[in-house]
Amino acid sequence: MESIGVLLTCPMYTNLHEQLANRFNLFKLWNFSSFQSFSQTHANSVRALVCDTKIGADANTIDSLPNLEIVSTYSVGLDKIDLKKCREKGIRVVNTPDVLTDDVADLAIALALAVFRKIPHSDGYVKNGLWKHGSDYPLTTKFSGKSVGIVGLGRIGSAIAKRAAAFGCPVSYHSRSEKPEAGSSYKYYPNILDLAANSQILVVACALTEETRHIVNRQVIDALGPNGVIINIGRGPIIDQRELVSALVEGRLGGAGLDVFENEPNVPEELMGLENVVLTPHVGTDTVETCNDMADLVIANLEAHFSGKPLLTPVL
Amino acid sequence: MANQNNNIIEQSSKNNNLPKVFLHGPPQFSILLQPNPSQNFHILNPSSLPPLHEFISLNPDHASSISAIVCTTLYPVNADVIRLLPSLRLICAASAGTNHIDLSECRRRGIKVTSAGNLFSEEVADMAVALLIDVSRKISTANRFLRRQLQIASWDFPLGSKLTGKKIGIVGMGRIGLEVAKRLEAFNCMISYNSRNKKPLLSYPFYSTVIELATSTNVLILCCELNDQTRHIVNKEVMLALGKGGIIVNVGRGALIDEKELLRCLIEGEIEGAGLDVFENEPYVPKEFFSLDKVVLSPHAAVLTSDSFMSICQLVEQNLEAFFSNKPLITPVI
Repeated sequence: MESIGVLLTCPMYTNLHEQLANRFNLFKLWNFSSFQSFSQTHANSVRALVCDTKIGADANTIDSLPNLEIVSTYSVGLDKIDLKKCREKGIRVVNTPDVLTDDVADLAIALALAVFRKIPHSDGYVKNGLWKHGSDYPLTTKFSGKSVGIVGLGRIGSAIAKRAAAFGCPVSYHSRSEKPEAGSSYKYYPNILDLAANSQILVVACALTEETRHIVNRQVIDALGPNGVIINIGRGPIIDQRELVSALVEGRLGGAGLDVFENEPNVPEELMGLENVVLTPHVGTDTVETCNDMADLVIANLEAHFSGKPLLTPVL
Repeated sequence: MANQNNNIIEQSSKNNNLPKVFLHGPPQFSILLQPNPSQNFHILNPSSLPPLHEFISLNPDHASSISAIVCTTLYPVNADVIRLLPSLRLICAASAGTNHIDLSECRRRGIKVTSAGNLFSEEVADMAVALLIDVSRKISTANRFLRRQLQIASWDFPLGSKLTGKKIGIVGMGRIGLEVAKRLEAFNCMISYNSRNKKPLLSYPFYSTVIELATSTNVLILCCELNDQTRHIVNKEVMLALGKGGIIVNVGRGALIDEKELLRCLIEGEIEGAGLDVFENEPYVPKEFFSLDKVVLSPHAAVLTSDSFMSICQLVEQNLEAFFSNKPLITPVI
């Protein structure tokens, strides 16, 4: 397989780069001054593309690689891949579901606890030497027992629900359709506004599609209200970020825990000074264990494809 | 100011013969912990001013009228304080712990004591899990990282450690330990524990010593009370047994851990990280902790939520009402 050309769109994880280089003829796109300069010389060699949430596989890229057979994304999200174009051209698409579910779900709960109990704030308070006799540390808000509304009850949403339930949180959800496996444990709301009106914590855990872009808008934020908290571990554009920022700044929303943003790596400056907001740089899957598992899955899918064996986690 | 308060107290107490209750805590205490007015008792110092010693020196007659005090861990109720109050019959502690109250002296004098019981167990368990996930996934560090970067080309942030599936060792399997276990089981963590005694109804593996527990786990969560047997129960040997990937979370009492040794183990990489809500000599925290991203610190805030204050306020009221109506106390300690 060493002659098979694989294009890696951007730096992802050293272990993955090494495994790819060991098995294939690996091209690292960032070693070229532009995609054009790469494709001029090497376009025909590329049979597989490995991409991620930062740089995906858009129509232009796919059209420029005439021998492309498979797109493997180092993510479960597919929003950066032109699936329609892949379908038209018969290009296979594989992603990394399941292996990252736990980490992302853990992060959702981590952000909720961090916002409610102001953990980063108290860490800073103590480390800046502010804890003295007679100093008045403000009260925070209990997390256990608070109502959680999950947008998208897929693998990740379900894992979040299971964790929240262990904290005594009543869980409800909104999804394209009701999930029979949720049974009577979690209440279904066909309308996201009703979910927001009946939850104190809204967790965004759905995929980014045409339907879900800005699904969390001004009305949803208003329905959640000044005691409400939004957690986003999905994709930035699912929330109307401008509305979110103004609601937080004006106190119309109680707080937010955000791992994703509309235009990463940019974070709205207005959020920087807010104590009721916790921000993380898209680290949902960023543990050693999960990165290794995701890398292994990328490799296993590519090897399966080039050996004529069934793909492990095909999308197309 | 003290004189004004005394005048108010003098005037109002002239008007009733109800048993007198004194709020024995810092000034902000009364704002948060004000029991509702009652038919069965009268609060002498609604603003919790002045402090008890000053109150008694200004009002020597009132000292003998005080039947009950409501107290917090910040103001110890030792034998000297108890001796100032010859009519004292009830102490309502607004805390789960009663280390700050001389219980022997209370027993000797026949004084009843109530506490918060299990009221705060969920809050404390939430804090333990919050600290653990923060340390594992570097939440506070990441939050700080993003706030320092105003214009950055890319996010280069170190990887964390997966929490799901970790082996958790809980030291002290009382109500708090159980609530922690329940939460972490939902993260598919494997729970084992050490306690004074094995709990026959629990299916989690039991280890009779903390060092055996540390050897078999990746995370230690301290939920036990501080006494002579548990002082420095987490020492150098235990930390080395936990190992380089190990994380320690303390929501019990600071002196459960040999703090100097903990600092050394963290700096030298003998353990991975720590989440601490309590310290040996609060509010003093050794400065060497301040520059460590691998520790997450909290100022003994595990029960400091608006929800817990509302609950304890209600519970104190209920205990006072019960006592002064000759009904059984809700959460008696002795």
